[in-house]
Amino acid sequence: MELSGGEIVMEALRREGVEHIFGYPGGAALHIYDALYQQDAVEHILVRHEQGAVHAADGYARATGKPGVVLVTSGPGVTNCVTGIATANMDSIPMVVLSGQVATKAIGSDAFQECDAVGITRPCVKHNFLVDRIEDLADVMAKAFYVATSGRPGPVLVDIPKDITAPHIKVPFEYPEQIRMRSYNPTVKGHPGQIRKAVDLLLSAERPMIYSGGGVILGDASEELTALTRELGYPITNTLMGLGAYPATDEQFVGMLGMHGTYEANMGMHECDVLFAIGVRFDDRVTGELEHFCPHARIVHIDVDPASISKNVHVDVPIVGEVRHVLADMHKVVQASERRPDQQALETWWGQIRRWAATDCLAYDREADVIKPQYVIEKLYELTKDSETYVTSDVGQHQMFAAQFYKFDKPRRWINSGGLGTMGFGLPSAMGVKLAHPDATVVCVTGEASIQMCIQELSTMKQYDLPVVIVNLNNRYMGMVRQWQEFFYSKRYSHSYVDALPDFVALAESFGHRGVRVENKADVEGVLREALERRGEVTFLDFITDQTENVYPMIAAGKGHHEMHLSSDRELA
Amino acid sequence: MRHIISLLLENESGALSRVSGLFSARGYNLESVTVAPTNDRSLSRMTIVTSGTDEIVEQITKQLNKLVDVVRLSDLTESSHIERELLLIKVRAEGTGREEIRSLVDIFRGQIVDVTDKSYIIQLTGDGQKIDAFMNALGEHSILEVARSGSTGIARGERVLRY
Ligand SMILES: Cc1ncc(C[n+]2csc(CCOP(=O)(O)OP(=O)(O)O)c2C)c(N)n1
Ligand SMILES: [Mg+2]
Repeated sequence: MELSGGEIVMEALRREGVEHIFGYPGGAALHIYDALYQQDAVEHILVRHEQGAVHAADGYARATGKPGVVLVTSGPGVTNCVTGIATANMDSIPMVVLSGQVATKAIGSDAFQECDAVGITRPCVKHNFLVDRIEDLADVMAKAFYVATSGRPGPVLVDIPKDITAPHIKVPFEYPEQIRMRSYNPTVKGHPGQIRKAVDLLLSAERPMIYSGGGVILGDASEELTALTRELGYPITNTLMGLGAYPATDEQFVGMLGMHGTYEANMGMHECDVLFAIGVRFDDRVTGELEHFCPHARIVHIDVDPASISKNVHVDVPIVGEVRHVLADMHKVVQASERRPDQQALETWWGQIRRWAATDCLAYDREADVIKPQYVIEKLYELTKDSETYVTSDVGQHQMFAAQFYKFDKPRRWINSGGLGTMGFGLPSAMGVKLAHPDATVVCVTGEASIQMCIQELSTMKQYDLPVVIVNLNNRYMGMVRQWQEFFYSKRYSHSYVDALPDFVALAESFGHRGVRVENKADVEGVLREALERRGEVTFLDFITDQTENVYPMIAAGKGHHEMHLSSDRELA
Repeated sequence: MRHIISLLLENESGALSRVSGLFSARGYNLESVTVAPTNDRSLSRMTIVTSGTDEIVEQITKQLNKLVDVVRLSDLTESSHIERELLLIKVRAEGTGREEIRSLVDIFRGQIVDVTDKSYIIQLTGDGQKIDAFMNALGEHSILEVARSGSTGIARGERVLRY
């Protein structure tokens, strides 16, 4: 079979099982777009801005576990992708970005729409390629998918000069069945000796704590995590990225940890004697001040990426491998062991945890007349908990409220930009999720500042009929910024007020969607219910919420887990 | 502590910038880098001199290993090894100074590889310390131009770094 470069790209996508790609055409990508036009295995979603394409592909990947795929042109097409690529990179999301490039002989001449795509993206991809011969194209495509999806996943960019995809230049096509790279061999199974050591340490614990993160979701290890956690009977906390990996409604779950985590989760971290860290990277928003981090604990850490281990915090028993395999192997060793967790110690420990939980650290003023953002999320949870629901979010207070008040019982249902914290992520990612799961309910929880960063995608949602419910918690402030300025800058609210807001209802309508403004608390539930029931259209719900609500509890930067701040009128004894 | 790390990496255009980009992005110290193809033309050998605490150097080796272009890595400092750097130095050489410089070159086992009536070019190999010592002995006033290659190295004995 002889194929042109453009046809090779499409054929490679088909063989990789890609059904949808997100993109935006332009000069250097036109040969590929022409090949795209002449096939029907792959459906292309035309976005309104390349950043939207990358976030949509990212949401698609997070919701399915399959790699998200993006196709853009050279120069501004690919520079517009950088924020999205960096977002995916920080959260280890499998993704392949295909960018057109100027013709091979024009590279380096400052040609029209030329930019050094490989150079610009190098620090924010897992790997990237510049294809310099058509003979290499099929092989590079296969490597890109292999690297993006194996080991610790991540985005891979393939930059393809225009002459390589020209329709009249054809070469024999052969797609590699299997990829082997001498320089890249991710570890799959954990070392049996380390696994035994880890189990010994875990079973010797008196005050154990399980701390699991996004790696469990990326590695499809929720079942194994849940089974082992239940077998041990230990308390478990999840990171922002790990929510849903363990059912939030289960009694062993003590909530999210970190800067806006629960009191019981953070105190449990501070007082534990053995910490079992699974698919986490000891991020600073999670650990607080490292000097005070888990001062009494010996630490077991499982991660597929050796560079994650002992990067920020020294680990006593590291295990490199895919969490799914390692957890399953550990479970077998636990079951085969004669040793059992010390039930008496464990009971005392659970007693302590229940006392911490009794502070009811997520309490807020339920009697208030204004619409509290927490209230909206609680109602949203009540109305959607029994259906297949995916919640995406933007970045700010609304993100934290969603993480705190929505109880995720399943993995891949909570989709947010944790590592890079990218405002603008919520709407396009919701679009990607809806495309992947057309029968599920998809809700985008956002703020009036964040939503404006990628709002143009409302148009894409119209074109492809992707009905998402948008829950805009409109506090007329960059709430998270305002909160920091209130606490740490003596209320000097420098540029955190979002002046001259659009009429979101009219705006949604102008895109052909339904828009509803909600100003009364009494209307919240009914309006939400109606939006969720109307399955066929995008509803933009603009909730006018309390302007000055803050996210509590909070650990200020530079403090330890035991130094939490409960609320403006509640301090810890 | 100072470490000398050798890598085998894919001989591809982006590989060098991936390594140097890693050092600048993560704020690691980079004293010198040398790189050239090996007998297997598809592989380059790179030698990096860096320094840091044990934890930092451990992170450096892990992060280097994580780069998709890196095939093999060895921290030469972990065992007995040979380290060499090449110095080409142009010095002022006039009058009685010429004789003095020649005897210094002999002491350090260097070679004079170019001569004019006012200057010499001297070639010297050795580890970094020897080269520093030689330059100190010459004295700042006589040095006109310095070209140092940066260190390269190889483990002694049976240990080999190859693919
Ligand atoms: C692209 C980008 N720019 C700036 C920031 C810094 N930032 C974090 S939260 C926030 C305010 C978000 O405001 P809004 O979307 O209204 O959410 P709220 O906090 O009010 O719920 C800002 C500016 C960011 N995270 N991302
Ligand atoms: Mg806001």
